Amino acid sequence: MNKYDLIVIGGGPAGMAAALAAKKAGIDDLLIIERDNVFGGILNQCIHNGFGLHTFKEELTGPEYAERYADMVIQQNIPFELETMVLSLETTTDAMKAVTVISSKRGVQTLYAKAVILAMGCRERPRGALNIPGFRPQGVYTAGTAQKLVNLQGVKIGKQVVILGSGDIGLIMARRMTLEGAKVSAVAELMPYSSGLKRNIVQCLDDYGIPLLLSHTVVDIKGKEKLEGVYIAKVDEKCQPIPGTEVYYPCDTLLLSCGLIPENELTVGAGVMIDPRTNGAYVNESLQTNVNGVFACGNVLHVHDLVDFVSEESQRAGENAARFILNGGSESGKTIEVKAGNGVRYTVPCRINIDNAPELTHIRFRVTGVYKNVSIILKSGDTELMRKRSQILVPSEMVDLIIQKNKLSDIDDTIEVFVEEVQK
Amino acid sequence: MIKELTCICCPMGCSLKAEVENDEVISVSGNNCIRGENYAKSEIIAPVRTVTTTIMSDSGIPVPVKTKDPVAKGKIFETVSQIKETSVHLPIKMGEIVIKNVADTGVDIVATRSVK
Repeated sequence: MNKYDLIVIGGGPAGMAAALAAKKAGIDDLLIIERDNVFGGILNQCIHNGFGLHTFKEELTGPEYAERYADMVIQQNIPFELETMVLSLETTTDAMKAVTVISSKRGVQTLYAKAVILAMGCRERPRGALNIPGFRPQGVYTAGTAQKLVNLQGVKIGKQVVILGSGDIGLIMARRMTLEGAKVSAVAELMPYSSGLKRNIVQCLDDYGIPLLLSHTVVDIKGKEKLEGVYIAKVDEKCQPIPGTEVYYPCDTLLLSCGLIPENELTVGAGVMIDPRTNGAYVNESLQTNVNGVFACGNVLHVHDLVDFVSEESQRAGENAARFILNGGSESGKTIEVKAGNGVRYTVPCRINIDNAPELTHIRFRVTGVYKNVSIILKSGDTELMRKRSQILVPSEMVDLIIQKNKLSDIDDTIEVFVEEVQK
Repeated sequence: MIKELTCICCPMGCSLKAEVENDEVISVSGNNCIRGENYAKSEIIAPVRTVTTTIMSDSGIPVPVKTKDPVAKGKIFETVSQIKETSVHLPIKMGEIVIKNVADTGVDIVATRSVK
């Protein structure tokens, strides 16, 4: 009764796309588990437009993108359980995956599956992780929490706002708070470049005359019960505040948009190895983790900037999980390592099984800084496999390299992806 | 005169250069697709934006909405304030029109989520 071929943990964009792809590939005995009372995950609170240009060839808002996928899940009769929380994931002695869940319908129960797809998404880096001195007054929110309160619950959270961090959610919330009648005095960014997309800087800040203070950070928070204001200071090349540059900004709301962290508590419990660079699992070209039959996709694997990339990646995870279930779980063949070289912070995947690799393998990565007029190079020893020119590479925009299977056939043990300046 | 701007049509964010003479865009460079050229032309002559916000329902649940087509940049605040003065009755379907011809722009406001 509690046995399935496939369990998908998470009903956001990743989980829905993975489940749809697995179903299409012939897996009927599957289950999506979602802790919220609706599908869609974070998309439900992302009411702004800009989603779906790749997937649907039109510009949608987050809720629209989510509802289109949710409609497909329902149309395809894919079984799902909402308001159900996964408590743990383990591998049993007979190689089944044990997924322990809690819900008002089931109580606490353990479900078993041949394969599991991890699609739990990510969470925000909280104030506690930022080491900002000062009191802990009411009025300090992570940007996503504020977004949820404003967009899903209709709560008015403040009138005078400062935003720390220029991640996309912070930029989107700068505009959102302005449209809700608040005054956003500044967005402070520790780094010398924004970690958000360019279009969001134009559309959310420039349109409303909101200053973006690069190489600045919040150094003190004032107000004991209720937030009264913050001090913002310039920082040097080592991101250390420069004494004497502090400026006081009165505000009743401070929003923190300082990075997202994949939500991998379950993953770790299952014995899956985590890449410290992404905080997501180490995976191969099939998006399979080191634990056979456990796949990962979407923001739980590495934080994406485009939901379209999440859907595409998750579709591959779903197809690969289906193949794993239908062909049995053997993982033979030669595996090579993918190394992140100069200018590349990480790669997904970290290893490629050459025999199992599809015709086209995606290697996704982020760069370590802003690079202009460069080449992205894929090399194995002295052999150059691929070279791609790029006018600009920024850490906020994920790069997707696609390599053909035949180019991988003669490789011994490692390929390296790196960025090289173009010789003039 | 050369005007520089960043394309917002997609996350590529191309850096565009537009040659402008007598309020007319003569040429655009730096774009990777046709949308960049169209964006530069409209952004310089008549900038438009898709406006997204929420509208209150009579059940106290906010419903996300958008302008079905982009509206003039100068009409953003007028559009939002008309939405804020209006409330809708649930249930509502994604794509349903909640305000016609918002702020005299000729553009309708539609729900972007079905809410029961």
